[in-house]
Amino acid sequence: MTAPQTLFGKLWAAHEVMRRDDGTSLLWVDRHLVHEGSHHAFVKLESRGMKVAAPDLTFGVVDHYAPTRADEMAADIRRMIDTLGRNAKAQGIRLFDLRDPGQGIVHVIGPEQGLTLPGLLINCGDSHTSTHGAFGALAFGVGATEVAHILATQTIWQQRPKTMRITVDGALGAGVTAKDLALHWIAKLGADGARGHAIEYAGPAVRALSMEGRLTLCNLSIEGGARLGLVAPDQVTFDYIKGRNFAPKGADWEAALRDWSQLATDKDARFDREVAINASYIAPTVTWGTSPEDALPITGHVPDPAQLSGSKQAQARAALEYMALEPGLPLDKITVDQVFIGSCTNGRIEDLRLAAKVLAGRKAVVPGLVSPGSAQVKKQAEAEGLAEVFTQAGLEWAASGCSMCVGMNGDQVEAGKRCASSTNRNFKGRQGRGARTHLMSPAMVAAAAVTGHLADVRPMLEGRT
Amino acid sequence: MTGWTQINGTAVALPQENVDTDQLIPARFMSAPRADGYGKFLLHDLRQDAVDHVLDRHAGADVLITRRNFGSGSSREAAVYALVDFGIRAVFAPSFGDIFQSNAVNNGLLPARVSDAEIDALLDAIGTDAVSATVDLEKCAAVIAGHTLTFELDPVWQEKLVNGWDDIDLTAQHNDRIKDFRTARFAAHPWALPAS
Repeated sequence: MTAPQTLFGKLWAAHEVMRRDDGTSLLWVDRHLVHEGSHHAFVKLESRGMKVAAPDLTFGVVDHYAPTRADEMAADIRRMIDTLGRNAKAQGIRLFDLRDPGQGIVHVIGPEQGLTLPGLLINCGDSHTSTHGAFGALAFGVGATEVAHILATQTIWQQRPKTMRITVDGALGAGVTAKDLALHWIAKLGADGARGHAIEYAGPAVRALSMEGRLTLCNLSIEGGARLGLVAPDQVTFDYIKGRNFAPKGADWEAALRDWSQLATDKDARFDREVAINASYIAPTVTWGTSPEDALPITGHVPDPAQLSGSKQAQARAALEYMALEPGLPLDKITVDQVFIGSCTNGRIEDLRLAAKVLAGRKAVVPGLVSPGSAQVKKQAEAEGLAEVFTQAGLEWAASGCSMCVGMNGDQVEAGKRCASSTNRNFKGRQGRGARTHLMSPAMVAAAAVTGHLADVRPMLEGRT
Repeated sequence: MTGWTQINGTAVALPQENVDTDQLIPARFMSAPRADGYGKFLLHDLRQDAVDHVLDRHAGADVLITRRNFGSGSSREAAVYALVDFGIRAVFAPSFGDIFQSNAVNNGLLPARVSDAEIDALLDAIGTDAVSATVDLEKCAAVIAGHTLTFELDPVWQEKLVNGWDDIDLTAQHNDRIKDFRTARFAAHPWALPAS
C-alpha cells in the first residue's frame, strides 16, 4: 500500500517529467496563459529563433491593457495590445482579443471557458495564477524568463514547495465572504506567512463556498506569500465545469470525473504546516495600510504604531503617513472619494450580484467604476439587470479588463484620493501614483459607495435575500 | 547571461518591509523595451518623492540591504530588470517574494537570505551611507561594513548564478523525454487536452 498523499502531492507526481539529482523537478505544463505583459518573453524566444512548442496548449488574452471605455486608446496601450496580437498570430496561438466574446481577465476566463480543469498544471506570467487552484489544479505565476522557457519547451523547472493546510471550521456569517476569510488569514500569518508553501484550503467553511468564492480565496494565496492555493474538486467544481466551451465532453467527461474524484487528499496524509481558523469569528475585513497584511475587522480602529513591535512600528508609521490616517480612528469613520468593483479577485458574476444586492434602490454618494471580469460576465450582468442597478445607483458600468486594479489601461485613482476597492493589492502607487487603496469585498465596496465611508455591510443586507 | 562569483563594491540600506514589485517598478513603465534600460525606473516614485533618496545619493551601489518580504506581489520580472540595470547585483533580506526570487536568479541577481537579527545589525552599521561590501557567492559569505556574515541560498540557484546558466539550454537535452511525457499524458488522460 502506498503512503497517503496530499492533493498537492498527487498533482506534482502527475506532472513530473524528471527530477534532477539536486531535487529540482521538470514539470509538464498543461495550459499556458499569456497576456500583453508577456512581450518580454516573446522577445526572448524570437532572439533565439524558436517557435512556441505547444501552441495548442497556449492561450492569449488581452486584459491588463484592455480599455474599459469606448474610443479611448493611447498609442502606448494600442502598441501593447497589437504586439500580443502579432505574437499570437505568428505562433498560432488562440487569442481572446478585445472584441472576442470570450475576452476578459485571464483568471476569470480560464475557468469560464473550461480551460481550467482539476488535475491540470497551469502557468501564466501573472502572480494571481494561483486563482485556478480553486479547481484542484496546480497553478502558479511565473516571471518572464520562465514564460519564455514554457513557450520554448512546455515545461518548467520547479523546486517542490512545502505543504500547508488551512482548515476553516464553522461557517461564515451573513455578509462575510471569501475575501474576508482571505484577508483574515493573511493578517494573521503575514504577507510572507505562507512563503515557500503550497496551501490547501479545507474544512466545512471552504467546502460551503461556491466556485466564485473558492476562486477569490485561491487568488489571494499569493498575497500571503504562498506559491499556490488549492481546493479539492467536488460536485460544486464538476457542476461549474460541465458544458463549458473547452471542457471535456462525452467519454472524455466520464473519464475526467473518474480521474478528478481520485484527487482529494488521502486521510492521514501529512502536511508540513497546519493552520486552523474558525470562520464564525470573521467579520467583514478591510485594509488600513499598504500591505494586504494590514487588515482588520471593520469594527476595529486604525492601529497605533507605538503599540507595535520592532520593524513593524516603522512600517506602520510609513503606511499611515501614506494613507493619511490617524491612529485610533474607527475604521468605519474613514471617508472615501471613490469606489471600484472588479479585478481577478472579485470581478465575477456572484461578486456583482452581491454588490448589486446592497446597491439596489440606494444611491452612491461617491463616484465609482464597475468593471466586470469578462465580456461574458458583463453580458450576464446586463441580462440579470445588475448593470442597471449599478448605473441607477450612480456608478459607471464599463467593459471588462484588469482596469483600476493595476491601472495599466489608464483607469487610475488620482494622487491623494482614497478608493474602496474589491481588488487584491493596496501597495503604494498600485492604483495610480499616490492613490490610497482600502481592500474589501464587493459587498463592502457597495456599502462604502452608499455611505461615503468604510462601513459594515451586514446591517445593510438585512431583509434582502 | 554570464556567471559571477565575487562582488567587491558598495552596499546601501533600504530599511523597509514588504518592498513590493509595484514599488520597485510602477506599472506604467512596463511597456518600455528592455533595450532602453530599466535602471531609471527603479523605485521611481519613492525616489522622486524623497528629498534625498539613498539610491540617488549612492547611484552605483552594488548591494541592497533590506527587510522581510522584499519583491512581494506582482510577478513582473521588470522589477528585477530595474534592479539589475541600476547596477544592483545582490539583495540581502530575511525573506523574498517567491516569484521574485526565481526572476532574480534568472537575471544574475543574488537573493541572499539572512536572519532578522543580522539585518538589524547591518542596518545599524550602514545607516544612510554607502559602505564597502564584498560578497563571495561560492562560500555564501559576505563582509559588509566590516561585518562578517553568511547567507542562505538554494544550492541550485547558487549553481545557476555562478555559471550564468540558461534553463532553455539545459532543458533542450531532455526534449525526447518531454515529447514522450506529452504522448503518455494525453493517451492516459485525453480529457486534459482542450476540447472544441
